[in-house]
Amino acid sequence: MRTLDFDVAVIGGGPAGMAAALAAQKAGAKTVILERDVRLGGILNQCIHQGFGLHYFGEEMTGPEYADKFRKKVEKKDITVMLECMVLSLDKNKTVTALSPEYGLCKINAGAIVLAMGCRERTAGAIALAGSRPAGIYTAGMAQKICNVDGYLVGKDVVILGSGDIGLIMARRMTTEGASVKLVLELMPYSSGLKRNIVQCLDDYGIPIKYSHTITRVEGYPRLTGLYYAPVGEDRKPILEQEEYIACDTLLLSVGLIPENDLLSGLDVEMSRVTQGAVVDEKRMTSFDGVFSCGNVLHVHDLVDNVSEEAEIAGNSAAEYALGKYADTAEYVNVTATDGVRYALPQRISKGEGKVRVFFRVGDVYRNCKLVAECGEEQILSKKFMVLAPGEMGSVELDKSRISGDVVVRLKK
Amino acid sequence: MKYDCIVIGGGVIGTAVLDRLATYSMRALLLEKEDDVASFTTRANSGIVHAGYDCEPNTLKARFNVRGNELMWQDVEDLDVPHLKCGSIVVARYNQLYQLEKLAHKAKDNGVLIQLIDRETILKMEPNISDEVVYALYAPSAGIVSPYQLCIAYADRAVTNGAKIKLDTEVIGIEKSEYGYKVTTTNGKFECRCVINCAGAHGADINDLAGAEHYETTFRRGDYFVIDNTERKNINTVIFPLPTEAGKGILVAPTADGNVIYGPTAVDSTSSDDTATSLASLDEIRRSVPGSYKSYAFNKCIRVYGGLRTLIGHDFVVKQSEILDDFIMAIGICSPGLTSAPAIAEYIEQMVVEKFGLIKKEKVVTVMRKHKRLENLSEKDLDKLIAKNQAWGRIVCRCEKITEAEIVAAIHSPLPATTVDAVKRRTRAGMGRCQGGFCGPKVMEIISRELNIPLNEVKKGGGAAIAQYKVKEVE
Repeated sequence: MRTLDFDVAVIGGGPAGMAAALAAQKAGAKTVILERDVRLGGILNQCIHQGFGLHYFGEEMTGPEYADKFRKKVEKKDITVMLECMVLSLDKNKTVTALSPEYGLCKINAGAIVLAMGCRERTAGAIALAGSRPAGIYTAGMAQKICNVDGYLVGKDVVILGSGDIGLIMARRMTTEGASVKLVLELMPYSSGLKRNIVQCLDDYGIPIKYSHTITRVEGYPRLTGLYYAPVGEDRKPILEQEEYIACDTLLLSVGLIPENDLLSGLDVEMSRVTQGAVVDEKRMTSFDGVFSCGNVLHVHDLVDNVSEEAEIAGNSAAEYALGKYADTAEYVNVTATDGVRYALPQRISKGEGKVRVFFRVGDVYRNCKLVAECGEEQILSKKFMVLAPGEMGSVELDKSRISGDVVVRLKK
Repeated sequence: MKYDCIVIGGGVIGTAVLDRLATYSMRALLLEKEDDVASFTTRANSGIVHAGYDCEPNTLKARFNVRGNELMWQDVEDLDVPHLKCGSIVVARYNQLYQLEKLAHKAKDNGVLIQLIDRETILKMEPNISDEVVYALYAPSAGIVSPYQLCIAYADRAVTNGAKIKLDTEVIGIEKSEYGYKVTTTNGKFECRCVINCAGAHGADINDLAGAEHYETTFRRGDYFVIDNTERKNINTVIFPLPTEAGKGILVAPTADGNVIYGPTAVDSTSSDDTATSLASLDEIRRSVPGSYKSYAFNKCIRVYGGLRTLIGHDFVVKQSEILDDFIMAIGICSPGLTSAPAIAEYIEQMVVEKFGLIKKEKVVTVMRKHKRLENLSEKDLDKLIAKNQAWGRIVCRCEKITEAEIVAAIHSPLPATTVDAVKRRTRAGMGRCQGGFCGPKVMEIISRELNIPLNEVKKGGGAAIAQYKVKEVE
């Protein structure tokens, strides 16, 4: 078996992986990217719509264009890229076992690891969708891949369950391809996607969305022919007496994204039950020394620009760690979320000087609210928001010098 | 084309029968209306190899179950089918001991080895048993098998030994002819001396079509949850509640594919194609499982499915027709049908051999070559394979770690896999937690390439395409 040695091994070559690798290389680390697809870019390669890069590059571009900017940078730098390379395991010595057609089964020893594996979509099975099991049911991302990369349209009469961003984007995409998107159903009373996507992908095309509704069963075999749906009560259980039928040959699911942390099962890494990613400090280091996490494998982002920034922190820190420049004698405090705030990240912050940006998500739609951060009795930050919604990640900057102990982030009406 | 025997139905019973007939100097043909074998009842059941303690004594069910269990463990070795002889327990609360004792009597009548065990012993076997469980009936000869892989393996060995299988071929007429029978299908006409009806949910229909004995069929659907393989470590045996009139009850069991299943329910149905799960039935499982197993994890569900039990009276119908000569039926095969398959096949084999005085072929493949699977390969063997064929280094299904080479092998197996579902049943690609979200399009691409068909003609299974249309093209 071949053995390769690197300072930093980045697992995943999507936006997070590429940005992390660039930052690690810039900091002087001998860096490798392990990517399972045939090219770098990850899911960006299938996101041919506009809306990427506004924050990071100051210009709006498509997913492939955004990926390309990073890919070109990676190619210019001295970064090893292993393509079609599937990581099979990661052990306690930070040795990665991977398989690729080019390298065969190989071991990669690294001083530090950056996790950048992204996330996967929740499936019909994960939500225990009742009814038949025909062709015609896809996760939105799978339909997007088939449409934008392979050049095929999965169907023509479409219903979408869930209002995640990929589902909304696909509502518009399939409409422009001549499909009829009849209805979007959302279990919650609000969208889980960005407001701008509701406007630009549904409203602009006259596609109706029914909130607090879900599918009760799907029908048809071998192809989907229709489905039943109903409003849900406060317990989010469907009210079967109000069941309605709609004919369709396609159902797209946009019912949530799950960070793909399966690789961590052999490692003792503290995980967050809310984000389903690792618990990290501000340098994006997990509870396992030398293992860093960033991008959608850490927590699901709405904007790739935020992913790139987060990955740079992780990549740079990983390089510092691997090169022995990680002077970590700092004292840490915990950051927890409560009162309407689902999570705040990083979950650990070191005491000291300077600023630290804390990202958060709320659990419901709140208008004219105030987000506060407290250390014990003392309020160290207060920021007003016109509206906060679960579909939009927010962030605030904390002044580290004011942090005296554990930080609680909460909403105040 | 003339055949000696035509087997109707490519479920596990039909393929097991064909597999045995293929070892004789005769022309045997199997007709299956779907695009793969194992496409209906065989693909959607519990995958349990039952011990045979709960069958009514002196029934065909009891006889074939017990004999089938004996034959099964050798068959799965010879055929390289995933299996585990993990034993089963029927669990009971403190006031239910007499019911276990009743079962123990039946077991004795059926000649099945069982053991009544107490909570302490149960906990050693199954630490996550529900707190309410006090006694259990332990059957060491029970276990699990991959039902579809068993069926496919029988089919592959039958084809290897010279039998023919025609898929997408639905029988629409059976008439007596000078030769024996003329069987009309949606895919041509065939003549044979002997018909063997193993048509599962449509067994009674085939009898009617031929003019053999008429049977009333009823159906009972069962729904299941499939749980992520991360939960597999929490369970060791098959855990049954006490059986009822409706069946063996909602079990918790590991699967040969490495998952855990909860189910089945028992919902009466009049339709022979009713495999759609329902909210009410799934809820029943959610309520029932905690009663026997406390490490339940419905939040780790990766799939739900429904299967259909086909019932004719209270027992299997396995016999030579009394109306038609050389017309054999194996119908009404509900639980324990999977376990009974090898025994039913053995019984029918004897019938056919007696009828026609068949002789064994000189050369017969008994032990099939082991499937090469990434998970079983040594480092050295894998390196050698990759050096010859890079597809061994290319993982297509991330969740189950299935390589392109394994998928290509399935597409070119003795009974070729031509659909995404057929590839899934043979390789497990798409069976993991992402349910083919990532590998689905890739598998479609490989099928498209290997069979030289456009991507929008690649079927999921059951004849429906996954990507139906091309996107707009610029002139």
